[in-house]
Amino acid sequence: MRNHEASHGRDLGGLNAWGLSVAGLALLAGLLGLPVTGWAEEAAGASAQVSYRDFPQLGGSRNIIWVIAQIHLLLAGFVLGVPIFAWLCEIVGWKTGEKRYDKLAKEFTKLLTSSYATTALFGGILLFMLIGFYPKLMNYLTDIFFPSFVFYCVMFLLETATLYLYWYGWDAMQEGRAKVFHLFLGFLLNVFAFFIMVVPNSWATFQASPVVIAEGSSLARAWAATWNPTWWPVNIHRLIANVVLGGFICGAYAGVRYLSAKSAEEREHYDWMGYVGNFIGVFGMLPLPFAGYWLMREIYQYNQQMGITLMGGFLSWLFILQAMLIGVLFLGANYYFWMGITYRIPGAETKYKKPILAMLVILLLCLGVWMTPHSLVASLEEARKLGGTHHPLLGVFGVMSAKMTVANLMILVTFMSFIMYWRAGKEETATWAKLARAVMSGVLGVAAIVVIVLGVWGYFVPAIVRINYFSVAQVLIVLFVMLTITPLTALLLKSARTTTEMVWGRMPPRAGYALVLNAVMVILLMTLMGYARSSSRVHWHIYGVMRDSSEYAYSPALGYAAAFMSLNTFIFCMLVAFIFWVATMGDKAKAGHGAMSAMAGGSHELDERSGR
Amino acid sequence: MKVGTHLKPALLMVGLYLFLKFVMPLFTAPLPASLIMLYLMLTFSGIMIFMTLSGTSMESFLGPIFRFISGDGQDGTMKMARLAVLALFPLLVGWQTYTSTAPSTAPPAENRTVHPAPPGEFAAMSNPVPNTPENVMQGKGLYAAYCSPCHGLFDGKGPASRGFNPPPANFKDPTTIAMLQESYLFWRIKKGGVGLSVEGMPWKSAMPRWEFELKDEQIWKIILGEYDGAGQKPRTWE
Repeated sequence: MRNHEASHGRDLGGLNAWGLSVAGLALLAGLLGLPVTGWAEEAAGASAQVSYRDFPQLGGSRNIIWVIAQIHLLLAGFVLGVPIFAWLCEIVGWKTGEKRYDKLAKEFTKLLTSSYATTALFGGILLFMLIGFYPKLMNYLTDIFFPSFVFYCVMFLLETATLYLYWYGWDAMQEGRAKVFHLFLGFLLNVFAFFIMVVPNSWATFQASPVVIAEGSSLARAWAATWNPTWWPVNIHRLIANVVLGGFICGAYAGVRYLSAKSAEEREHYDWMGYVGNFIGVFGMLPLPFAGYWLMREIYQYNQQMGITLMGGFLSWLFILQAMLIGVLFLGANYYFWMGITYRIPGAETKYKKPILAMLVILLLCLGVWMTPHSLVASLEEARKLGGTHHPLLGVFGVMSAKMTVANLMILVTFMSFIMYWRAGKEETATWAKLARAVMSGVLGVAAIVVIVLGVWGYFVPAIVRINYFSVAQVLIVLFVMLTITPLTALLLKSARTTTEMVWGRMPPRAGYALVLNAVMVILLMTLMGYARSSSRVHWHIYGVMRDSSEYAYSPALGYAAAFMSLNTFIFCMLVAFIFWVATMGDKAKAGHGAMSAMAGGSHELDERSGR
Repeated sequence: MKVGTHLKPALLMVGLYLFLKFVMPLFTAPLPASLIMLYLMLTFSGIMIFMTLSGTSMESFLGPIFRFISGDGQDGTMKMARLAVLALFPLLVGWQTYTSTAPSTAPPAENRTVHPAPPGEFAAMSNPVPNTPENVMQGKGLYAAYCSPCHGLFDGKGPASRGFNPPPANFKDPTTIAMLQESYLFWRIKKGGVGLSVEGMPWKSAMPRWEFELKDEQIWKIILGEYDGAGQKPRTWE
């Protein structure tokens, strides 16, 4: 059986290797093409006059680039996020001796290997398209960034080689020192992946906040351009967002597999995997608003026009959409936690009903504030009664002080949801348990009050005090709560008695759909913010340096953009579904037909078996 | 079937609607329909989430609704009620379709951006006039002469303010000038309403284009006086 599995893995790996080779060749050809364009410019001069090429048949060059770049970015986010938690799962499995973590890490890595080639392929296509459609811009970027192109290629080769070793060596490196070496490979995989992310980030952020030096070596110019004001904020934001994307997509994968599972074992496994995916997504989501806030602050400080275009200008509506999507994500993630308590821990439904209701009400109130825009949509008659589109009372909800406050409160609630889930079904037996619970309640209560007080106070102090001190203090308070309550809970549970065993595989079908919904929300969010980041440059290819003089030098309307965001989300979901289907085809064949009917077909067999 | 299972959510939805639509305007400006709809949608989502958390609660909430619609074991009044609902529902959809597509003389909903982005040439400016008591006093004097007829004592309630819609900005409101850099105000004062970008709806603003009346230095002084008088500080990065 084991041999069969290994052989099957090789078959799939062969497919990946072939795909990787094609993608690698495409990328290499593209990279080799870069200096060629430069030579042609130097030699003939004729090609240098071409600033743009177009392909109107497919909606124009900008739309083509929009779709390809977004799909590449989403795939890259997944491919760079998955190794982080696959490696962490492997470490947990290694340290605790629990084989299911190792199996989970391997399953994540299998998804990674199958997605890796497609990501590289889209990267190659994107590069060809950029060179073809925007030769002047690409020449300029190549002139500045050529040293980092070379570095990127080296990192890419190392990442690919490490991934081969990491995936193919999984079964061979299971014991003793070999396992330690395998873990080291996982670490290297993440290091190279990090560089693969930050290097292209420097090209993209340079376009938004360029630093151009006229003198110095090519390395010095590239280095100065790389260290532009928004580079690190984007790096951090994307790093965390990739974990979130990877977590929720793995959650969605588990959700789909759960819905289509035909045996009790499969259901248990994918129920657990869905829980881990959701946990990783939520874990990443908690610090994400902080990283986003820092990024926006840097953008605003770098250029007021760009900051207001995003936060108060014509793109500000995107942030209301963002609030809506994040809200659904928070609600979806919590809904999944709460359903976990109700279904996996028999008898917990009544006990946790009131706390869940309280948390839900707080989440909804916070979401109501977050989604209230500063400028309201009103009919002419309503606007007359209002005195414009700015409500005298609810207008205060439309600014950052309110948004930061509710975002922090939602993070606190979600964190407490997890803690509640963690503690459910256990009885704390430590003598100091009562005191610990009082301390935790106190810390949480005081933190929530201080966050609200700082939020309200923020309206009465200069903006810089709010930005530099109050908002930072709010973030630190929330972090303090997490860093206090998490170890305290872990200590409490160490000596706790399990009163009700957690039962896996009993979640209803809607739990699987909730996991899919969360993944779709994250993808939509990324497409939304991709448009925001790109549009904030308005009519500049490189802000303030190279103007967009093409026929597409205008910002697409929000409705038009929303259609493209949906299209990109749809294409990406279809692509991922296809990749996962291919990657798991063999597993399903091996598993054969189980005794149970799949939930996705509307079967109530699970409910009947579990007596619900 | 417990009546409370459906009554409480229904009462919550109706109560919230009545509060937002009729009670809140007693204390402040009325809420636009878009915002009321948003809050109601959130509440509805909350109800659905809470009622579907467990198999038991889902069955008690959705079970009767599904059974009512499917008509299982119904007779008499319930059967008639079901038929009435099934007949009324398409009519409701038809009415909704008609009202949303029928030609109307009402203008489209307004989506004016209160603080659109300034042009690039204004974005990087800083106030060249030192913030001294003398300059602030001069700024307040200029403000009294040129701005106060509309903006009043920095609260947007000058004697001429009632004639404008949207009304002049209230500088004491912490969500107006306190959020902005001085260069933003310089742009707005110098170029006036007609200088706004499209999303700011320049045709909606009656703000004069003061560059024809005032020198740049005077405008910068007005900004100093304006912040001081409103008790606000401009957005800075240090």
